[in-house]
Amino acid sequence: MSTISEAEVQKVAHLARLAIPADKTASYVSKLSNILDLVAQLTAVNTTGVAPMAHPLDAVQRLREDVVTETNQREAYQAVAPEVEDGLYLVPKVIE
Amino acid sequence: MEWETVIGLEIHAQLATNSKIFSGSSTAYGAEPNTQASLVDLGMPGVLPVLNKKAVEMAIRFGLAINATITPRSVFARKNYFYPDLPKGYQISQFELPVVAQGYLDIELDDGSSKRIGVTRAHLEEDAGKSLHEDFHGKTGIDLNRAGTPLLEIVSEPDLRSAKEAVAYMKKMHALVRYLGVCDGNMQEGSFRCDANVSVRKPGQPFGTRAEIKNLNSFRFIERAIHYEVERQIELLESGGKVIQETRLYDPDQGETRSMRSKEDANDYRYFPDPDLLPVEITATEIEAIRATLPELPTAKKQRFMQTYHLGSYEADALTSSSELGDYFERVAQGTQDAKLAANWLMGGLAALLNKHELEISAAPVAAETLTQLLNRIKDQTLSSTAAKDVLEALWQGEGSVDAIIEAKGLKQISDTSAIEAMLDEIIANNPSQVAEYRSGKDKLFAFFVGQAMRASKGKANPSTVNDILKQKLEG
Repeated sequence: MSTISEAEVQKVAHLARLAIPADKTASYVSKLSNILDLVAQLTAVNTTGVAPMAHPLDAVQRLREDVVTETNQREAYQAVAPEVEDGLYLVPKVIE
Repeated sequence: MEWETVIGLEIHAQLATNSKIFSGSSTAYGAEPNTQASLVDLGMPGVLPVLNKKAVEMAIRFGLAINATITPRSVFARKNYFYPDLPKGYQISQFELPVVAQGYLDIELDDGSSKRIGVTRAHLEEDAGKSLHEDFHGKTGIDLNRAGTPLLEIVSEPDLRSAKEAVAYMKKMHALVRYLGVCDGNMQEGSFRCDANVSVRKPGQPFGTRAEIKNLNSFRFIERAIHYEVERQIELLESGGKVIQETRLYDPDQGETRSMRSKEDANDYRYFPDPDLLPVEITATEIEAIRATLPELPTAKKQRFMQTYHLGSYEADALTSSSELGDYFERVAQGTQDAKLAANWLMGGLAALLNKHELEISAAPVAAETLTQLLNRIKDQTLSSTAAKDVLEALWQGEGSVDAIIEAKGLKQISDTSAIEAMLDEIIANNPSQVAEYRSGKDKLFAFFVGQAMRASKGKANPSTVNDILKQKLEG
């Protein structure tokens, strides 16, 4: 009995814009289910009073002063772009 | 049975920092495309975000002003979706532990009563870039200058019950963020915009299915968009249809909302804590230090104006709509020792000029000290109110000082009693039949004499002096 369905795998793949060939779906279902089953074992642990861990490092965020340090490097950055025009990056048309 | 409207607003306020939330790029508006987009903003592999201290402080400042809880340990999360103006494939936002939690804002209703609107949360996030859909040979142009600009997303409870309340709330928030100096509030440039979640229900019933109207960037649009959407939903429901949960766009030209995309897919953002950012710790000491720098807030200022200057609620509201306007008013009120006169001129003549030229009070070419001098010339009877309006126009055009303009335009009012008496004697002598009629009971003719006096003095005779003397003479 797998914890994740074929439909769910397809949905997650779609959301992540990953293509999964139809003949590979079953294999993904079983591998992902194994991972989820492992994680499910953790739910058996009593976590009352344990603060959820947002990050494995036992440290807090260091903050930056609000100062502009970057200069215009558009030419250098756009040199590797497939297509640019009037300073804009061009991408395949997106219509809402 | 009547339908009840339920509205919740998500306001996006762009924080007035110099640099972006996670990079050292400038946030200045209007730069050439992509000249303020660094490697971090471009989402290049191997870069790491470093959080801007000022953005966190501004969020705390806002939280304190709405009596919210400041989360002692807040966490950044990734909101995953694909769009070309979001180069990383996720937006860094906050999900479970936002900096600001559970606050409120009191708004004033038309009947003068006040209503408390809950603020569920306010979280920090980065803005996306801009997509330009004009024709680039069938492609879309992307400008990432705005990508990474710090935003505070302020989420209200679904406590608003009409478009009017929504606008009142939005206006109050707008004034608040500007008072606090955390956002410039420029709606044309998109620094302050909102999404409205709108649904309808029969009173007492559970909430109806809501539609989200995106990117409303003017108070007028918010009101119109909500009106339209409420009508649309009611018509749909009454004709047996169903409201579907979706994102809609308001089209100001057509005055209607249109479906953008079904939210089913798009809504699945798969948030998770961003491993690139550690939790942000905010200590009580830091919070208190920020609290100590809070300015007088709109509600407190309004109360003080009503008490100190004996203003009505409407006037006090208008004059505290920005802290600059409040300061200007106080300088004029103190300089003239006449708060009523100051209020009338700020909300009348000066407001008209500001509207006409689309300027904020801070950019007004007439300083508070200058307006004070002008009003003092009304008070010492040098100017009539009508003539003072002409002087204000001239001051606005930069034609010189108050006294120089009065002199140059010959606007000095005649209050000298003997001069007015002589003039009135002449008018009475020249109009014997009108005098006779007036004395036989035709009271209306009084206005005729006043008119004559004004014409003879080219409008410069002090009207109240004219009235007084004329009455005596005609009765005599």
